Amino acid sequence: MTDPPPENPRIGVDEWVASADERRARSLGARVEDVFNRAPPVAKLLALTLPFAVYPLVVDSDYLMQVGVDTLLYVLLALGLNVAVGWVGLLDLGYVAFFGIGAYMYAALASPYAGRYWEAQFAIPLIALTVAVVGLVVGLPSRRLSGDYLAIVTLFFLQLYLVVLVNSEFTRGPNGISDIYPLKFFGQQVASVDGFYYVALAAVVFVVWALYLVNESRTGRAWRALREDELAAELMTMPVDRLKLLAFAIGAGVAGTAGAIFAPVQGAVFPASFDIVLLITVYAMVVLGGAGSLLGVTVGAVLINASLEALRSPEDASWLFYGAVVVTIVVLARPWWRGPAVLGGTIVFGLVVHELAEQLRPSLVEGTTFGQARIDDAVDSWVLLPEGIVTPDGLPAGALGKVAYIGLVAAVLGLTLIRSPVLRMIGLVPVLYLTACVWENLLVAQPAVARFILLGAMLVALMAYRPQGLLGKKRVEFA
Amino acid sequence: MDWDKLVQLLVAGATAGSVYALVALGFTMVYGILKLLNLAHGDVLMVGAFIGWGVLGWLGGAQDPSVAVWLLVVLMLMAAMAGCGFLGVAIERFAYRPLRRAPRIAPLISALGVSFFIQNSVLLLFGADFRSYDSFDLVDVGVGVHWGPLNVWIIRLVVMGSALAMMLGLWLLVTRSKLGKAMRATAVDREAAAMMGIDVDRVIVKTFFIGSALAGAAGVLVGLVFGQINHFMGFNYGLKGFTAAVVGGIGSIPGAMLGGLLIGLAEALSVGYIEDLTRGRLGSAFSDLVVFLILIVFMLVRPQGILGKPEVKKV
Repeated sequence: MTDPPPENPRIGVDEWVASADERRARSLGARVEDVFNRAPPVAKLLALTLPFAVYPLVVDSDYLMQVGVDTLLYVLLALGLNVAVGWVGLLDLGYVAFFGIGAYMYAALASPYAGRYWEAQFAIPLIALTVAVVGLVVGLPSRRLSGDYLAIVTLFFLQLYLVVLVNSEFTRGPNGISDIYPLKFFGQQVASVDGFYYVALAAVVFVVWALYLVNESRTGRAWRALREDELAAELMTMPVDRLKLLAFAIGAGVAGTAGAIFAPVQGAVFPASFDIVLLITVYAMVVLGGAGSLLGVTVGAVLINASLEALRSPEDASWLFYGAVVVTIVVLARPWWRGPAVLGGTIVFGLVVHELAEQLRPSLVEGTTFGQARIDDAVDSWVLLPEGIVTPDGLPAGALGKVAYIGLVAAVLGLTLIRSPVLRMIGLVPVLYLTACVWENLLVAQPAVARFILLGAMLVALMAYRPQGLLGKKRVEFA
Repeated sequence: MDWDKLVQLLVAGATAGSVYALVALGFTMVYGILKLLNLAHGDVLMVGAFIGWGVLGWLGGAQDPSVAVWLLVVLMLMAAMAGCGFLGVAIERFAYRPLRRAPRIAPLISALGVSFFIQNSVLLLFGADFRSYDSFDLVDVGVGVHWGPLNVWIIRLVVMGSALAMMLGLWLLVTRSKLGKAMRATAVDREAAAMMGIDVDRVIVKTFFIGSALAGAAGVLVGLVFGQINHFMGFNYGLKGFTAAVVGGIGSIPGAMLGGLLIGLAEALSVGYIEDLTRGRLGSAFSDLVVFLILIVFMLVRPQGILGKPEVKKV
């Protein structure tokens, strides 16, 4: 009885949970998420949609508006995927097929090829509903099985969907269906990019609102319980199979809606638009932003689409690449001075290597630049640019480029094995320099491929170091 | 009844089936031990095919090989198996091991990333064009077994024979050797195995090495018999391999062989007959539909596969 009473008796808070909360309070992303979570629902919705609503007022080029439309469609896709992946923890690998079915259905309801012109207020709900039913049917065979089987069935479904699209006559094979009519609401045609933008925005607002309500409902809680422990959820009398199918169907419905808007925006649908590349991109959005959080996946979709867009042109890509490397190092380095130290060391290291190469093997620095790719002459006199390392179409010409690339991958992986922080910092310097060399010589020559390599690497790295993404909640697994 | 066609289709099906079986083996071994769907497995096969192609080019190409043909094939297989084995170990070490205790979906997403990374890396280094093994130059198409309606190119025999030999070797390894015993123990209960003094991490690494080496060999065999490889080929073989493993009974080694053969034959027969049976409405590309239907039927009727045991949920 000698213990003084604690200053803040926290009734009902476990010590471990309290310490976890405390740690959480230190990270900026988590704090943003907490503030967001505590806000009233209307404020949340406003916070999510206000930036999108302001966007068209700020930008004035058609290209940027088009990027905005794409971003909104990606947000829709990410929101739908989040239902199965983030809330229920099911791996849905056929997700983009539902998107594609939605798009093709719109083409079947409103195009000269189909000979019909349905108004969008009927077409879109019908498509969403039909695609949701399709999702239900696809999910059915795996209802009694673990999520892994679902992954195989859905992956196969995607493959099958592509086979059917490419080979059957009624979808016109690889030529796709073109001249799709624009959206028409109550006799009013939406034909401008701005119009598309607002339609997509309205769809996003509606879907966010609906998903929010579902997630806060009994069903949403059951989903999360199911995700954490399926067996326990089943013992608590939750209808596990039905809940999984429901999540699957809702996700498919959202994807179908996105498809129904995508088709008239593009004006044409092709099988090639709905492949694995799109699937992985949407996964990257959900995972980067934080699976399970509506704000997170929205942010993830915006970030990834903006970066992919920037990686299209070699010039912007280089800025983005170097910027991302510098920011990552500065943010992750502990204590703070290690970041600048590593960057400074890399620059000095590069100058020394460049000078040495110039003296010993001049052919290593006499390379010609690839197109307009180099961001600056400063980089030219810093990285090694061997002569003729890539062929005109950007492939590595000899063994040197291939070896350098594979060596870089091996070096980055090896670096993660080093435990000592000092050695790791020292090792980082040549690895960074090698990264810059490979970037300038190989990756910049093929930006389309480079961005997907970065996307794949990002997925792996995120899963290993920050599976909750930027804004998600960290989950604890009791094995 | 066109017997020649049927026999040819059966031979083609058995060839493809033995490749699927090799893929399914690696997949099923990893699944048995880690309960992990290694979605990057198909891409390991693709890397194996490229390694074999590289060795072929390095030794003078198919037109003018600098060593005897049988030695060349053996060297290609060895190089691909070694390279892919280490690739598999690296994938395990860097993409899966950090996630051992993570939620189940995390390693799957990581696997998606690995698969995408490998595919695009090969695309970066070799381009999107199909690369050819030119195996018709390597071995004349007339060389082989000719016996009544049975005409089998010798490369097909090599593919089936080496696949069979590898499966037999694996079977002996798993049932007779100490490592096999450790693998089976780890598959049943990882913690209990660790308590019995088994180094679980090493067993997992070795499993990945063996499974990926088999996939690498399968990649070379695919290149030899079908001639063409590209960066995206892994997807199809991975998918069919997964299907074969599920149909045969996931976690069961004879099941994987049986499943692979079944899928290969089903695919070949549907390629051959689907057009006649549907009166030309569905082309041969729809053979995937048949395989998918087989998968669905198995999922509904016998989810544990032909030789698998029903899954028991452990608490």
